[in-house]
Amino acid sequence: MAGRIDTAFAKAKAENRGSLGVFITAGDPDAATTEALLDGLVDAGVDFIELGMPFSDPMADGPAIQAASLRSLKGGMTLTATLEIARNFRQRHPDMPLVLMGYYNPIYIYGNDRFIADAVAAGVDGLIIVDLPPEEDSELCIPARDAGLNVVRLITPTSHDQRLPAILAQASGFVYYVSVTGITGMASAAATSIADAYQRIRKQTDLPIVTGFGIRTPEQAAETARLSDGAVVGSAVVDIIADGVANPSSPDAAENRAAIVRKVAAFVGELSAAIRA
Amino acid sequence: MSKTNVNTFRNQPNEAGRFGIHGGRFVAETLMPLILNVEKAYKKASADKSFQREMYYYQKHYIGRPSPLYFAERMTAHFGGAKLYLKRDELNHTGAHKINNVLGQALLAKRMGKTKIIAETGAGQHGVATATACALFNMECEVFMGAEDVERQKPNVDRMRLLGAKIHPVTSGTGTLKDAMNEALRYWVTNAETHFYIIGTAAGPHPYPQMVRDFQSVIGTEAREQIFEAEGRLPDALVACIGGGSNAIGLFYPFLDDTDVAIYGVEAAGKGLGSGLHAASLTGGTPGILHGNRTYLLQNDDGQITDAHSISAGLDYPGIGPEHSWLHDIGRVNYVSATDEEALVAFQLCARLEGIIPALEPSHALAYLSTVIGDMDSDDIVILNMCGRGDKDLGAVLPVLEKLGRM
Ligand SMILES: Cc1ncc(COP(=O)(O)O)c(C=O)c1O
Repeated sequence: MAGRIDTAFAKAKAENRGSLGVFITAGDPDAATTEALLDGLVDAGVDFIELGMPFSDPMADGPAIQAASLRSLKGGMTLTATLEIARNFRQRHPDMPLVLMGYYNPIYIYGNDRFIADAVAAGVDGLIIVDLPPEEDSELCIPARDAGLNVVRLITPTSHDQRLPAILAQASGFVYYVSVTGITGMASAAATSIADAYQRIRKQTDLPIVTGFGIRTPEQAAETARLSDGAVVGSAVVDIIADGVANPSSPDAAENRAAIVRKVAAFVGELSAAIRA
Repeated sequence: MSKTNVNTFRNQPNEAGRFGIHGGRFVAETLMPLILNVEKAYKKASADKSFQREMYYYQKHYIGRPSPLYFAERMTAHFGGAKLYLKRDELNHTGAHKINNVLGQALLAKRMGKTKIIAETGAGQHGVATATACALFNMECEVFMGAEDVERQKPNVDRMRLLGAKIHPVTSGTGTLKDAMNEALRYWVTNAETHFYIIGTAAGPHPYPQMVRDFQSVIGTEAREQIFEAEGRLPDALVACIGGGSNAIGLFYPFLDDTDVAIYGVEAAGKGLGSGLHAASLTGGTPGILHGNRTYLLQNDDGQITDAHSISAGLDYPGIGPEHSWLHDIGRVNYVSATDEEALVAFQLCARLEGIIPALEPSHALAYLSTVIGDMDSDDIVILNMCGRGDKDLGAVLPVLEKLGRM
């Protein structure tokens, strides 16, 4: 049986376009807003969702996603509650691919086996664990793969050709090309470098290759999705949430939350339209 | 080199950088190829006689090694127990043990053709040592330091600037050592191809914990020879303070297989272990993954790292090097702690009795002495690692001593 991720990429390909993925942090600024945001992303036309598991020390993230993690943790978010958001989401959206993205420590403390079982039961499709390179596969990634979760690999400009087979060995679902040597939310990559990297990785895998880091506008998203098999937008969306929290449009919390969701959905709608243009 | 011998405590880490369950290489893919390069270069250098000669040259003529092993007669009389020897690494050029490691890594960076260096620092001693080596070898130096530490260790900030280093004050998190390390790693991820990261303690992804231990082991190797020269035998106990654990592992490692030698690592208990405001990762933490390695960490039930607290900027870190975590698990080393206030009292005591102003970090080791020495005979021998001098701490210490009515 093809998984949700495979199905979603096949559908985009049949429509002759790249896929759109959006990242938000679970619990930023609270669980209810996240649930509403996730619905908004689906309505706005994303092809897959990356849901960040907040961590106190996000080593590979820039200021925007660091701040999102802190807002979320300050609001009392936990890994248990993140899995709850995933489970609720799956009940509302049976087909939308959902990938959990984050750092290893909260999972390790939750318990690897328990986490894998609970993620599968919640209807999670895949994992991206930033600080688990293939050298550390045995503890989490291999058991996760055996339990039916996709292990999405990060490939970076520093991942040279001889290293790719090791990275791709356990990869499934899609591979995520981090187009800049850096942290999230900073520079964006030149078109030529994305195209070159795509060719280089394509020689070694048949999996869809999506590109992320530094994509902020509908134009960039469209171009990136054309140069590879999809684009992931994170910090630009997280910035809208941050702005809505810092500058509430209404004194009423529910109204303000609805306004944040509307703004995010409108922006993601533009991304989605650009990719389909 | 890595042959398995069940009768030794000196056979770690394995090929994957593991010390028991601790250590490893938990880093983002961007850094992974670099870390493998550092490991390869370090393996090659450590097997190369000319690298050893170069190290020895700078240790002798630039750092001023060997550092003395000094019989602290008045403190010995004060405690009325075992004979106390101080391993005087505070006399090193730049005033702490940190330079031992920095010179090793800087020489390695030079061999790898890197001319841009980054470092994190807490107390500023590692930053100063790195800025110094960069001046010496004509390298660019950028130092990440928590904003709070920039305040409380100002003399070291001025020294680094004078030496030509660029300081990045870090305001994220609590603005202390953990956050400085996060930022240094982020900067390294961004400048992966051009920069070498000189980590200041025996922590981080493999091969750093091993490499830093090896460079710092000169402390224990010298101390072992010196105590044989002075007393004709091994000591009965070793005591050192623990931030990330580099000065401690440097003293301990050459003695690990001398199982009659009792070993004490002293963590910072801050305002007390029960207060929640401390930096004692082994006595108050649980294993987890941070900064590239698995090790004991201060964290909550959800795996979020909690803030450390210590009056000593150099000990104010919620983790510890993975080799200590392993030595703790197998019980070879006793990990204990001393509070802020105990350290301050010991700071003053050492100054008054020996004319040596210790750094706040080894003051924690000094503070634990009364517990160790009390139970020992007068012909027993204790070696304490005097790993840094206290000039940098006067601004932080004097007002507190005055407030305590001790000045
Ligand atoms: C004098 C001194 N001692 C000890 C430490 C703590 O580090 P470690 O545990 O790696 O020796 C520091 C760190 O800044 C220091 O400056």
